[in-house]
Amino acid sequence: MSILEGSILAVTGPSGAGKTTLLRQIAGLVRPQNGHIQYHGKLWLDTNSKINLPTQKRNIGFVFQDYALFPHLTVRENLAFGLEKGTDAAIVEELIDSIELRQLADRKPYQLSGGQQQRVALARALVRKPDLLLLDEPLSALDHSMRGNLQELILKFHQQYGFTMIIVTHDLGEIFRLANQVIVLENGKIIKRGTPSQIYLPAENTGNDLVLYGEVLTSVIYPDHILVRALIQQNIQELKLPLHMESDFHPGRSFALRYALNMADITLIDK
Amino acid sequence: MDWQPLLLTFKLASITSIILLVVSLPLAYWLAFGKFKARGIIEAIIGMPLVLPPSVIGFYLLLAFSPSYWFGAWIENLIGLRIVFSFTGLVIASVIYSLPFMVYPLRAGLQSLPLSLQEASFTMGKGRFETFYKILLPNCKPAILTAFVLTFAHTVGEFGVVLMIGGNIPGVTKVASVAIYDEVEALNYTVANQYALVLFAITFAILLIVYSINNRLLRVRQPA
Repeated sequence: MSILEGSILAVTGPSGAGKTTLLRQIAGLVRPQNGHIQYHGKLWLDTNSKINLPTQKRNIGFVFQDYALFPHLTVRENLAFGLEKGTDAAIVEELIDSIELRQLADRKPYQLSGGQQQRVALARALVRKPDLLLLDEPLSALDHSMRGNLQELILKFHQQYGFTMIIVTHDLGEIFRLANQVIVLENGKIIKRGTPSQIYLPAENTGNDLVLYGEVLTSVIYPDHILVRALIQQNIQELKLPLHMESDFHPGRSFALRYALNMADITLIDK
Repeated sequence: MDWQPLLLTFKLASITSIILLVVSLPLAYWLAFGKFKARGIIEAIIGMPLVLPPSVIGFYLLLAFSPSYWFGAWIENLIGLRIVFSFTGLVIASVIYSLPFMVYPLRAGLQSLPLSLQEASFTMGKGRFETFYKILLPNCKPAILTAFVLTFAHTVGEFGVVLMIGGNIPGVTKVASVAIYDEVEALNYTVANQYALVLFAITFAILLIVYSINNRLLRVRQPA
């Protein structure tokens, strides 16, 4: 596979598919049995000719799933750790301001919340102004609103520093918000690739239909209808559905409900 | 009371522990993270002093370093020192005898750190040595302390090895543990008791101080 410079690639797929392994191989933390990795014309890995550029020499930033912040160093020291001798330390202060942790810059990681630690991990990966930023499910431990904030931050950094980015994620929303390209892995092989729309928007979706995707939580049968509680887009909704749909609406089943919309029936509610 | 045996004991324990700390750090790192096939054999060798009777170690060291054996003669020619029945011999024997007490806690400490810490350091351009020194070691302080204390205490308690290779020479190799034995054999229970009590009190004090430091180190690491 190849990635366009400056673009954002999402790597997704079921657990155990090899997403994290792929990322770690690109980082040089793991060496595949057979492989070839080239970056900007520079050979990073070629198992045939036994070339393997160590992680330290690949100009990358890596954000780990467990953040991997150094417990014995403060926020500022964590960031400054990546600085090479002789480089200007201004980038550290710049990043501290970008992640809005100026007040907490002298605290140690254990004194920060999950979201704050995540911001530090992100900033730390950018101190060396890498060309390639790799993120391993960085936002999976955060709640929904935190995730949104951090996605904004990632986009802001991407615009500011212009790196190429590969992010491993399960979150569909994340893929749509951040990625230009997606590859889906299964059992170590790429089974789908394309833009998020190409992969996830079903072809039969004609313009004026509203389709709700959800998961059935409970289903109770009444004489003339079934009452279904479903999880739709992070909200729990109650739906009254005709009896004949009962067999499709067992708890745990995913469903799609299509509603044809009449443009005339739609009004804008001004908040 | 003759303080010589006690002074010798603590001198031996200190020197042994410091030498072992220096030697064991790279060894523990290698055991913790290295990939090599002879791992089982190396681990068995390091662990031997845990199970082997001290007198066996002492006996073989005595034989090896004896000037009538080719190795001992060669060493004597090389450094001009007679190893057997000397303080140097005690140090060598103690280093071998206490090795697992330093290596194993250090290795455990290193292995308890998440691998991602090292990997994060690598992605920031730092090599293995710098990572070890700046990231791994500072986060292993309790393990280092434990290893040091165990080694120190273990060396203080040595008897069999020390007797074998040291030869019980007053002022040179007669350490406290041997002196106590001597005094008991000679029925000088009062003197034996003096040595024993002092040993007890000093080692207890050392442990107390060390574990208070350890607790303070651990408390600081509690999440907010």
